[in-house]
Amino acid sequence: MTQALVNVENLGRAFDVSKPWLNRVLEREERKFLIAVDDVSFEINKGETFALVGESGSGKSTIAKLIVGLIPPTAGKISFDGTELRLDSGSQMRQMRSRFQMIFQDPFASLNPRWRVGDIIAEPMRAFGLAKDSASAAKRVDELLETVGLTAADAAKYPHEFSGGQRQRVAIARALSAKPEFIVCDEPTSALDVSVQAQILNLMRDLQDEFGLTYLFISHDLSVVRHMATRIGVLYLGRLVEIAEAKALFTHPQHPYTRMLLDAVPDLEMTGRDHKPIEGEIPNPIDPPSGCAFHPRCAFANDRCRAETPVLKPVETGEAACFAVEEGRI
Amino acid sequence: MTEALLEVHDLVVEFPTRKGTLTAVDGISFAVHRGEVLGIVGESGAGKSMTGSAIIGLIEPPGHIAGGTVHLAGERIDNLSLDAMRRVRGKKIGVVFQDPLTSLNPLYTIAEQLVETIRTHLPLSERAARDRAIGLLDEVGIPAAARRIDDYPHQFSGGMRQRVVIALALAAEPELVIADEPTTALDVSVQAQIIDVLKRLCAEHGAAVMLITHDMGVIAETADRVAVMYAGRIAEIGPVRDVVKDAKHPYTDGLMGSIPTLTHAEDRLTQIPGSMPRLTAIPPGCAFNPRCPKVFERCRTERPNPQPVSDRQVACWLYDGEAHP
Repeated sequence: MTQALVNVENLGRAFDVSKPWLNRVLEREERKFLIAVDDVSFEINKGETFALVGESGSGKSTIAKLIVGLIPPTAGKISFDGTELRLDSGSQMRQMRSRFQMIFQDPFASLNPRWRVGDIIAEPMRAFGLAKDSASAAKRVDELLETVGLTAADAAKYPHEFSGGQRQRVAIARALSAKPEFIVCDEPTSALDVSVQAQILNLMRDLQDEFGLTYLFISHDLSVVRHMATRIGVLYLGRLVEIAEAKALFTHPQHPYTRMLLDAVPDLEMTGRDHKPIEGEIPNPIDPPSGCAFHPRCAFANDRCRAETPVLKPVETGEAACFAVEEGRI
Repeated sequence: MTEALLEVHDLVVEFPTRKGTLTAVDGISFAVHRGEVLGIVGESGAGKSMTGSAIIGLIEPPGHIAGGTVHLAGERIDNLSLDAMRRVRGKKIGVVFQDPLTSLNPLYTIAEQLVETIRTHLPLSERAARDRAIGLLDEVGIPAAARRIDDYPHQFSGGMRQRVVIALALAAEPELVIADEPTTALDVSVQAQIIDVLKRLCAEHGAAVMLITHDMGVIAETADRVAVMYAGRIAEIGPVRDVVKDAKHPYTDGLMGSIPTLTHAEDRLTQIPGSMPRLTAIPPGCAFNPRCPKVFERCRTERPNPQPVSDRQVACWLYDGEAHP
């Protein structure tokens, strides 16, 4: 196995959703916490694409923000290339930040509408002091624009002059301008049409080959993940329920939630097949079910699942957190 | 094939603007038969939602229907007065929109909204309408319907709200249900449930469905026939299986290739260069010609109209025997 570039250990993040102090005193209520990410551990190897999939409220975007240090974790730690990230150390974060970048979901919100595209792309170079002078920065901007399939002349335009797909190309050029090793992509194509999505996904794979990038790819779309990922982690209500090699996850899903998700995805190849009816919806994360969070929707749940929380255990295809799999009940 | 329930002929929707008139829907024709699900698929700006809005008479002014006809069960409905159209909407055509939060009034209980809709269209007493409402909620799969009917929309989850909207759309036994991106705001596991409910209920109530979506996967699993739209026109229309497996129009072909699938991972997805033209800059001839890999001279000057190719209609000069070199 190659060396892990990113190492996430027992990561947790709780958000305080308590009522104001006075209400708590008057109504005699305890503080309330929403546990968005709970005891998540995984590693990302150099040069691979590790994908996190999950439905809304599963904590995938929170993990993205934790890894790039946009919000601090409340438990666990994140190491990058062997060094633990310390958000309280400004100089260390500054040094580390140039090595990882992020691409956001909405290219309409992630680009400053009052800045020219050239300035947007040059900003990381300025921030990290990567360009000697403005002339060399401008030259690098032109190169980057061409790398992502735009033209040098586009540097003088404003974001509103571009379509959604072109804006996402600008966002990718900006991420590349810091010469990162690792890029966190949070739903990079969810706001795009399919034909444009295909262009962006192809571009991201080409760039990975060209610059040896490592991706953390976050998406709710299983078919996109299937196309992009080397390994996949499946999240449910803030916990990882399964990690597997991309191919194995789709051919031999282990966890009942993964099986259910795969069954639910409408797929071109599946015209006319019968769906198994799926029960229930994702529970409220403020008040999650006891034991395994998936047990109210699970056909294999028993008393142990209702009482104990399963942890990831090695299985043939990777790791799965399920008592039914562990005990051989499925 | 059964008799056509909805017949759209040469429909044109225009928006006058300061920079000239924009044509959002440019002369499209199709029919929906009783008991069938017709999928309308396309990327943003293809005019699919505008087609739905035109049929139910809900185009925002200054947009308007500038040409063509719409017949529902033999009766012309595109030129009705606002009042007459209101009676068609809800009674004969039920509508499900994308966002269930904006289709429900947050200040009224589910009971009040359902009973109002039912009594507007059917001669029922308050009591009978309420019983019918509970029955409908039961049918769309809301647990403990009799108790939950007095809740407000915010007390329901997204999937449950969309079920309520489907109940509302079916409240007056419409002949046609137009569903505009009904599952786009929902998670996949819930999406499958909603599609299931929509399909089953429309079949049980004998309503035809026009399903508008950008998601080809949803269409492939739900629709009987599909119309692929591009830049305000229909590129290809035919049985869903044939269109998915063996696309004739180069745009449909590119679109299918660009969709990643679960069953096998290709190294690269097929890529259609460029993006759909804006309404202000639709190229002459075939609107797809600047992006088309099989373009030839005639495509740049003459606009192709849908013509029969085996069991479907394709708007492409490739299938015009004489023209193709």
